[in-house]
Amino acid sequence: MERVPILKIGRTLFVSIQIDLQDDTVMRLQEDLADELAATGARGVIIDITGVEIVDSFIGRMLTTIGSVSRLFDAETVIVGMRPAVAITLTELGLTLSGVRTALNAEKGLEILNGRP
Amino acid sequence: MDVDTSKGRMAAYLRDHHDKVVGRWSELVAAGVRGRTSPDEMRRELDDLFSLIVRMLSDADDHAAGELRAALDELSRTRARDGYTPSETALNVFSLKEAVYELVADAAEMVPEYLVFSRMVDDLGLRTFETYSAAREQIISDQATTMLELSTPVVRLWDGIIAVPFVGTLDSVRTQLVMEKLLDSLVATGAGHAVIDITGVPTVDTEVAQHLLKTVSAARLLGAECTISGIRPQVAQTIVSLGIEFGDIATKATLADALSLALQQAGLKVVRA
Amino acid sequence: MDELRIRSGDDVVRVRQQVRMAAADNGLSLVDQTKLVTAASELARNTLVHGGGGAARVEIVKSANGRTGVKLSFTDEGPGIDDIDLALTDGWSTGAGLGLGLSGARRLVDEFELISKPGTGTSVVVVKWSR
Repeated sequence: MERVPILKIGRTLFVSIQIDLQDDTVMRLQEDLADELAATGARGVIIDITGVEIVDSFIGRMLTTIGSVSRLFDAETVIVGMRPAVAITLTELGLTLSGVRTALNAEKGLEILNGRP
Repeated sequence: MDVDTSKGRMAAYLRDHHDKVVGRWSELVAAGVRGRTSPDEMRRELDDLFSLIVRMLSDADDHAAGELRAALDELSRTRARDGYTPSETALNVFSLKEAVYELVADAAEMVPEYLVFSRMVDDLGLRTFETYSAAREQIISDQATTMLELSTPVVRLWDGIIAVPFVGTLDSVRTQLVMEKLLDSLVATGAGHAVIDITGVPTVDTEVAQHLLKTVSAARLLGAECTISGIRPQVAQTIVSLGIEFGDIATKATLADALSLALQQAGLKVVRA
Repeated sequence: MDELRIRSGDDVVRVRQQVRMAAADNGLSLVDQTKLVTAASELARNTLVHGGGGAARVEIVKSANGRTGVKLSFTDEGPGIDDIDLALTDGWSTGAGLGLGLSGARRLVDEFELISKPGTGTSVVVVKWSR
């Protein structure tokens, strides 16, 4: 099973997903992030899904779960780079990912984490 | 004489009189379309059809029938695209009967064969009509989509603030189009605020409200904050009476108010020079 | 016509890729491709997780007025669904993650048919047409 690498820069954890996501991969990512947050005390998580073509209800809910788990470690999660087609599909599915912040790209995601609008 | 034998004899007859039949057929069709196509051009098209028809009559095998149907469907679609009327299109097929009748009129022994043949051609003619209708509907629907595209501009109000108008009745097709344009624009401009103006929407009922909510939902997934502008007094009353909740989505009466709010949210201030 | 088995997470990924190719090759817009592949992902997962494994079929179909469409069939020999109406209502769930699966998938496609009986498995057939 492929593992999504987690990068730490300053107080932020960066995850860039480039592969076709399998269920186990996402679940593994969630576990790995929890471990990293606990180990590093990072205050923010940026998940870049620019390269993700499909987000179905399972993966969508996983992203929300990651947000909830991160919050327990007092970290905020921002999902960045969602493709328009994916956003339209998720909306049609009824998923709003209301538990996480979203932004157009990693740069804007960082602005959110650093408290700027 | 059974149907298959009739068909077989007609097939042989047609083969023997190939040139005469196709020639006369082409003349009749060309005349019927008022000279838009020359008999020679017509002839080339009809020649292929003729061969397929003869094959179908003599083989009575599914291949020939399938190919003939496909060829006729293609002909109908082309005629539909080129603006021919349904009658002109069906004429392409029905005039074959006339061309053949002129020949067998004197040969009394071909009457039973002609009857079977005539019935077959009738079916083919009706089929072209069906395909023609379907093709026209598709063209109309394509045109409607184009008009939709043209009437949905996305405007950049300010750095980071874009606006998109919803005009006319809101259905799911239109909503999807607006969503796509809005989201593509957010990515292209890097905007963080979107104003969705509904001044041009005559009525807002539960269905329309749902489309609006979907649009806002999608824009938020791309990190954009949304404001709905253009709420007219009657619309406001309808929304409340229907119990529609816009939740945490800001709504304003005018575009100006919405721009003011968006600027504020973006941390910008307008100051007198 | 392709038949793909669904017995593992890898298979679900493979189904998505096949559906993506079929959709792209047959004139579906990008958004429609995404919707169809997402629906396929939901249905394939259902087949794996709740149907105990099964198979998927990808076919290209043509409508009466000449439009091309992609037709997907998902079958399993699992326990079947007791209450179909309930399964198709939003928010129904027999286990983690099923909730939006079926009703969500239905909203993403143009045609949707579900046949299921407890004890005889489930079959879902969907079609998405090019515009």
